[in-house]
Amino acid sequence: MPAPSKPTATSTVTSDDRPVASALSRWTSLSRVVRREAAIGWLFVLPALLMYALFVLLPLLLSIQYSFLRWDGIGPMTWVGLKNYATVLDDPDLLGTIFNAFKLVIFFSFIPVTLGLVVASVIHRVATGRLGAIARTVLFLPQVIPLVAAGIIWGWLLALPGLINQILRAVGLETFARAWLGDFDWALPAVGLIGVWVLLGFCTVLLLTGITKIDPSLYESARIDGAGWFTEFVNITIPLLKQEIGVCLTVTVIAALAAFDIVYVSTAGGPGNSTAVPGIQIYILAFTEQRIGLASALAVMLMVLVLVVILPIQYLSRESTP
Amino acid sequence: MKVGRIELFAGQTFLLVLMAITILPFISIFTTALHPSGTVPTGLEWPADPQWGNFIEAFNVANMTALLASSTFIVIAVVPVALVISTMAAFAIGLLRIPGSRLLLSLFVFGLTLPFGGIIVPLYYLERAMGIYNTRLAIVLPLIALYMPFAIFWMRAHFVNMPGEISEAARVDGATTWDLFLRIHLPLARAPIASLGILMSVWTWNQFLLALVLVEDPTQRTMAGALGAFQGHYATNVPLLCAGTILILVPTLVVFILFQRQIITALLQGSVKG
Repeated sequence: MPAPSKPTATSTVTSDDRPVASALSRWTSLSRVVRREAAIGWLFVLPALLMYALFVLLPLLLSIQYSFLRWDGIGPMTWVGLKNYATVLDDPDLLGTIFNAFKLVIFFSFIPVTLGLVVASVIHRVATGRLGAIARTVLFLPQVIPLVAAGIIWGWLLALPGLINQILRAVGLETFARAWLGDFDWALPAVGLIGVWVLLGFCTVLLLTGITKIDPSLYESARIDGAGWFTEFVNITIPLLKQEIGVCLTVTVIAALAAFDIVYVSTAGGPGNSTAVPGIQIYILAFTEQRIGLASALAVMLMVLVLVVILPIQYLSRESTP
Repeated sequence: MKVGRIELFAGQTFLLVLMAITILPFISIFTTALHPSGTVPTGLEWPADPQWGNFIEAFNVANMTALLASSTFIVIAVVPVALVISTMAAFAIGLLRIPGSRLLLSLFVFGLTLPFGGIIVPLYYLERAMGIYNTRLAIVLPLIALYMPFAIFWMRAHFVNMPGEISEAARVDGATTWDLFLRIHLPLARAPIASLGILMSVWTWNQFLLALVLVEDPTQRTMAGALGAFQGHYATNVPLLCAGTILILVPTLVVFILFQRQIITALLQGSVKG
């Protein structure tokens, strides 16, 4: 739909006596103008497209190419077909990184979205004024700081002398105190907790903007009928926030599957492989073990995985919303 | 709005507790940063003799002047270029609706799902071949490209909603496409461009993976990348590490407090308009 190509229409008035020729000339001049417009339009897109092609699409294709090779980054490349993919699927340590990524989804995605829904609806019900505005700002703070800083802060909080253990000791639970990030069973949930802290504010604020768009008369009539917080939450808030919930899930699931900064800084994948996620494993395979092909196969699988998980969420949150 | 007193009290208490939990980590690193360098304090404990000098020591050992200069340079190199080329592209896709714009849009939007980790390995070899590895350009160029999906998506949402009459009126007056862009639509797009600019500045400041992989020298990195290197050196000196972390946090927090509304709306609308 080339909207702004009206000027040509003026030429029709002048040449009524030679309809065929005029139609023809009009057609050629129109198409010339349209083509010229299109060419100018493409010039506008060109710089962005070139940068994107060179630094995003080209590396993407190279990733796919590398994934079929055995290569140490310096020596000759050997074509090995699908062998790298087979290795990822066979090696429990490599496949484990994908399972770890899905476990992180629980912490980065399900907890912040669920808790965010609760918090947003509480703010909407009891704190429409000053308190709500302050809560919004405060909860959002962890979202603006570098993830590396979040990792460092929590690395200290979760350390043996850190705040978490100090609190546990203060309430008489010293048997639970441990170096959380060095514990094989607890390191992953501990990393997940950092994700909750970072992402809760984002989800809360996004869901809250969604709630404020809901017609207030719905809530008013529910309250006249004596509906409590929970009834209102289940029957009005959740169904009408489908799209916002979809967005929250999309953003947080990508954050979980593509996690790197927080994990690298807080545990670097350890202890053992207990917190290794694909991002970390790609980094280790490529830059410390020089197994470029294998790293790229994992990278391609990660990219496909994100798409496979995100597309249904997008589809479900969009359908039947006006 | 009718809400019971008990519910009001319970709800507000819940919010206050949650805010305290969110803030507590910041307070903990702050009190820790004030303990004598090299000691191991407990999580939350006001020191007998607050060592404000730790911030100066962290500032010096982290070579903070060079880091600030480097990060600022990277932000200044990335953000204006990214703003200009993404706005132009979004103008062509969303407003001129050039042939192929649907395809272009899908191509860019696809990039929204792309984990940086997916392309970091070839990017490393590509930049070595181009001779820009270990320079600031190694971060600047890919960042501009990696921002295109969000930036174009975000600016397109603005242009798509502009009423057609504005452009038509300008066309009747004989405006060229370039005039239309520069004189009519660019001034009208000031607000979304400003939000996008603030957002990309914060993202650039906070960018870690590209800095870690593509630049070895911490003084050529972004702030977050430098913080990673700082942590590598001072992991055992907790007060100093906390002091350094606070120094690096402060600029992002200040930017956030100043531009809160733009940052929040930009982040949220950017994701909802999808």
